[in-house]
Amino acid sequence: MTQTVPEQAIVTPAHGGSTESKREWRKYISFSTDHKVIGIQYLVTSFIFYLIGGFLATLVRTELATPASDLVSPDLYNGLFTVHATVMIFLWIVPAATGAFGNYLIPLLIGARDMAFPKLNAVAFWMIPPGGILLMSSFFFGAPGSGWTSYPPLSLVDNQVGEAIWILSVLILGTSSILGGVNFIVTILKMRAPGMGLNQMPLFCWAMLAASCLILVSTPVLAGALILLSFDLIVGTSFFNPTGGGDPIVYQHMFWFYSHPAVYIMILPVFGLISEILPVHSRKPIFGYKAIAYSSFAISFLGLIVWAHHMFTSGTPPWLRMFFMINTMIIAVPTGIKVFSWLATIWGGKLRLNSAMLFAMGFISMFVIGGISGVMVASVPFDIHVHDTYFIVAHLHYVLFGGSVFGLYAGIYHWFPKMSGRMINEKLGKAHFILTLIGFNICFLPMHKLGLEGMNRRIADYDPKFAVLNVVSTIGAYILAVSTFPFIFNVLYSIFKGEKAPSNPWGGLTFEWQTTSPPPHENFAVDPVLLIAPYEYGTEEAKEIIKAGPFLATAAAEG
Amino acid sequence: MQSSIDSTSVVNYPAEVAHGSGHHAHPDHRILGVIVFLIAEAMIFLGLFTAYLTFRAVSPVWPPAGTPELELLLPGVNTIILISSSFVIHNADVAVKKNDVKGLQLWFAITAAMGAIFLVGQLYEYFHLEFGLKTNLFASTFYVLTGFHGLHVLFGLVLILGVLWRSRQPNHYSETSHFGVEAAEIYWHFVDVVWIVLFILLYLLK
Amino acid sequence: MNIPGSITTLLIGIGLTVISFWYGQNHGLLPVAASEEAVGIDNLFNLMVTIGTGLFLIVQGTLIYSFFKFRRQPDDDTDGPYVEGNIPLEILWTAIPAVIVLIIAVYSFEVYSRIGGLDPMAHSMAHAPATQQVAYGSGAAIAAPLVPPTDSNPHAAMVMAATDPATAAVRDETIPPAQDAPEMGVTTPRIGATPDNAGQSAAYQINATGLQFAWLFTYPDTGIVAGELHVPVGKEILLNISANDVLHAFWVPEFRLKQDAIPGRQSELRFTPSKIGEYDVICAELCGAYHGVMKTKVIAQTQADFDTWVQEQQVANSPDALKTAIAANPTTPDQFLAPFVQDLGINAAVVEQLHPAHLHASAH
Repeated sequence: MTQTVPEQAIVTPAHGGSTESKREWRKYISFSTDHKVIGIQYLVTSFIFYLIGGFLATLVRTELATPASDLVSPDLYNGLFTVHATVMIFLWIVPAATGAFGNYLIPLLIGARDMAFPKLNAVAFWMIPPGGILLMSSFFFGAPGSGWTSYPPLSLVDNQVGEAIWILSVLILGTSSILGGVNFIVTILKMRAPGMGLNQMPLFCWAMLAASCLILVSTPVLAGALILLSFDLIVGTSFFNPTGGGDPIVYQHMFWFYSHPAVYIMILPVFGLISEILPVHSRKPIFGYKAIAYSSFAISFLGLIVWAHHMFTSGTPPWLRMFFMINTMIIAVPTGIKVFSWLATIWGGKLRLNSAMLFAMGFISMFVIGGISGVMVASVPFDIHVHDTYFIVAHLHYVLFGGSVFGLYAGIYHWFPKMSGRMINEKLGKAHFILTLIGFNICFLPMHKLGLEGMNRRIADYDPKFAVLNVVSTIGAYILAVSTFPFIFNVLYSIFKGEKAPSNPWGGLTFEWQTTSPPPHENFAVDPVLLIAPYEYGTEEAKEIIKAGPFLATAAAEG
Repeated sequence: MQSSIDSTSVVNYPAEVAHGSGHHAHPDHRILGVIVFLIAEAMIFLGLFTAYLTFRAVSPVWPPAGTPELELLLPGVNTIILISSSFVIHNADVAVKKNDVKGLQLWFAITAAMGAIFLVGQLYEYFHLEFGLKTNLFASTFYVLTGFHGLHVLFGLVLILGVLWRSRQPNHYSETSHFGVEAAEIYWHFVDVVWIVLFILLYLLK
Repeated sequence: MNIPGSITTLLIGIGLTVISFWYGQNHGLLPVAASEEAVGIDNLFNLMVTIGTGLFLIVQGTLIYSFFKFRRQPDDDTDGPYVEGNIPLEILWTAIPAVIVLIIAVYSFEVYSRIGGLDPMAHSMAHAPATQQVAYGSGAAIAAPLVPPTDSNPHAAMVMAATDPATAAVRDETIPPAQDAPEMGVTTPRIGATPDNAGQSAAYQINATGLQFAWLFTYPDTGIVAGELHVPVGKEILLNISANDVLHAFWVPEFRLKQDAIPGRQSELRFTPSKIGEYDVICAELCGAYHGVMKTKVIAQTQADFDTWVQEQQVANSPDALKTAIAANPTTPDQFLAPFVQDLGINAAVVEQLHPAHLHASAH
């Protein structure tokens, strides 16, 4: 937590005087309605929670370094992985991917001065810190120990106070997410610059639109499930409690109706970031704009009708299992379209291999592994074997860490100059990338084999025959933990001492690169008009626009 | 996707645009925001309804043996009151679009009264039912669904009273500016539609 | 675009195929396959590994090749070629994955049907014992006369795991046994009979009951209660699985089969062990603090060994034999469990039920 204060000063404007910049940092801890401030508030807050969640994961891996349950009590161990997962999902990836990048980038990308509802935006953000602190406080009352899935009946009998806190916290974070989703949908649909039809939007906007629709449709169902669960927990009704004639399987259906789409809420915005980053650093137009744009919606629609693939062993009728299996596998098609289109974008380009590009390419590489194992676990007979094992743990981390987190890092490196007005140190960035890539694979690759061999998940105590691979995995986790240090140092150093960033350091064509770094209040001095589609690299017009500098910010003053 | 500008147009661009635009008023997208938010609200109810239907489908006997029959008269009257109030509130919308603030206040006051009667009726029903929240699965779903809907009615009532309070200031609502009126009306219709589904599921579907 | 010559492409293609097929057969990721059901699942996995390896190599190869081949030269400030798309290519990489997932889906369907996932008798079989059970009543003594199976009513002898009198001592009586709803099909999750065995009853029916944090196996035909699962190889086993407190899941990695145990409900797993050996029975659904130690053994043995074990158990099951065994064996699962007893709420009755298990252990 020591880095909280300096990080909140992340975009102290480079051009401001010293007294001005001293007052400037305060807006990052205030109820600001500026989307750029809110975006950075989201990013810093969620990154702090990422460090907390990472710390919990390190404790979990340390416990698993030996087969016996010897570091923490088994009860606390369950609390550690439950809170780890909840933090990483609800307080890091969802707020960072939608809240941070969505808020910071959407108005800039579509040429708007702010989001449609700035106050609502600030309210949505300010629900995150209390929700997160509330969740952390559960450790003082006996942390919730029934996993982030909170399946009843266990969740109704195990650490009930912690469980109640968990429910309340997730309800708060879910509401924040819904309010954010409303804002994104209205902003993207209604506030685009003149000339920008849906098919001229930057791809991140498509991805955010698809993800926001998912948030809107699925998150409320989780809220419904949690309301019923809290009645069971606090009042003693029996919706999900078999003791009173309730049905625990109904909870699983409602939970996964949100929590499977949640995976796409976490990955679709990152797909969008990658689609922005690759063309800029490859100096080539995105390959197959429409295919990438529409496949986001295909994924989000299919994502709504696959939830029961998490329940193949728990109680779905056979024909329904087949239905969900086939739907799940079909998702591989739109996802494959994106991956191949990205590869074709890179192919034959002139790759600028900086930290952002490395993380973006690392994203493709790691995400594909998660995608392949994803098709495998969709297959009912195979899933019956690997369900609830370390194979699943490996799969989900390849998707959510190898996918979402690599993509978020790529986004941070790519837009750091825009957000802070300073360039980030590339040497440290590359060191960060290499450590992350190595640590990540050492940590999670062995888990595939562990799961297939018979190691189930969520256990503090495992068979000694799995010891070797677990030690390897724990070493990988430590490397991964260490890999964040060069990043944190790099960000802190670059904010204060980094080289001043030009308005368009990468030669990008979207609106944010045609204004200053960081952009002025209300982003643009003029209302932008779309002059060129977002990915027209390799054309004369693109060169002219890139050469013109931050004309959207300075034009009015000159004119 | 090709754009046809050349270097001169880039240079000219700012002047052209700056001329016509500048800092004009922020366009109002709040009604769309309310509608999008109500989609999320609808999904909570849809989730709860589906849970109810699933409980119903997987139970060998529904409602579970020993559940007393629900009285239909009071909830039926209540339903008619709530549905009629939707038509009443629409008159307010018509009135405000004609700049008739008195009419707006009248129709909103009637709607508020009808909403209040509905809530009192529901509370009366609660106190006279023979089963409690924890009696059985049907009783629990009954109270949670109607209670959650009741909270929405209460919230809609607060919105309506808020609009009434604000309408005391002259010119607060007019034919051009009446977001509050429209939002309250849309919300009220939503609460109404939810009730119709709820009434069918809980009272009529045997 | 820099497209390699056709010969290079051909060679790369052949290399990819060879490596993929080799790795698909030689990945060595799975433990020994000890049930007849495991074979089909392993073949399915091998196919998916083969396809996955090919895809993995294509994507990683492209990335690494691009990394070296297309890196920007320091003095080159120009843009890359203006290529916005290629419709035939896009159709190709939409169609090929579509065909691949279709193949995997059809093959999965086939395997699932072969291991009995689509057993058409599912509903009636699951439903019959529920009706039958009414006659027994949950409090019936274990010695209650069991109706012998007949051709017309092959399941008459079946005792629902959720109401098994043998586990009555540890059961939470407040959990009502679930019954099938009239309008729903089977709501009991199950892996049923394989198509070959459809319509026949399994050779042995065993009830498996999960409780925090142990498995109890009861053999309704013989009245045996055991903490370890003994099964004869080559015979079809029907496990009726239930839970007495929270969710558990019965998993034997070597059998490749897993089924959740749900309080109040009965789920079923039909399988045929095929290899003699001792394998772990693991609880695969988080069930509380000591979820990790909720483990026991399944012993797949020859029919003769199994019969001997059954006879031993029937003798040992008398209360006197139990006490003798405890006196003779100071280090028993009881003592192992003793420190947990207070924490876990396992009462004396639970431990009592586990006796036959250690009796067996001491007999060898």
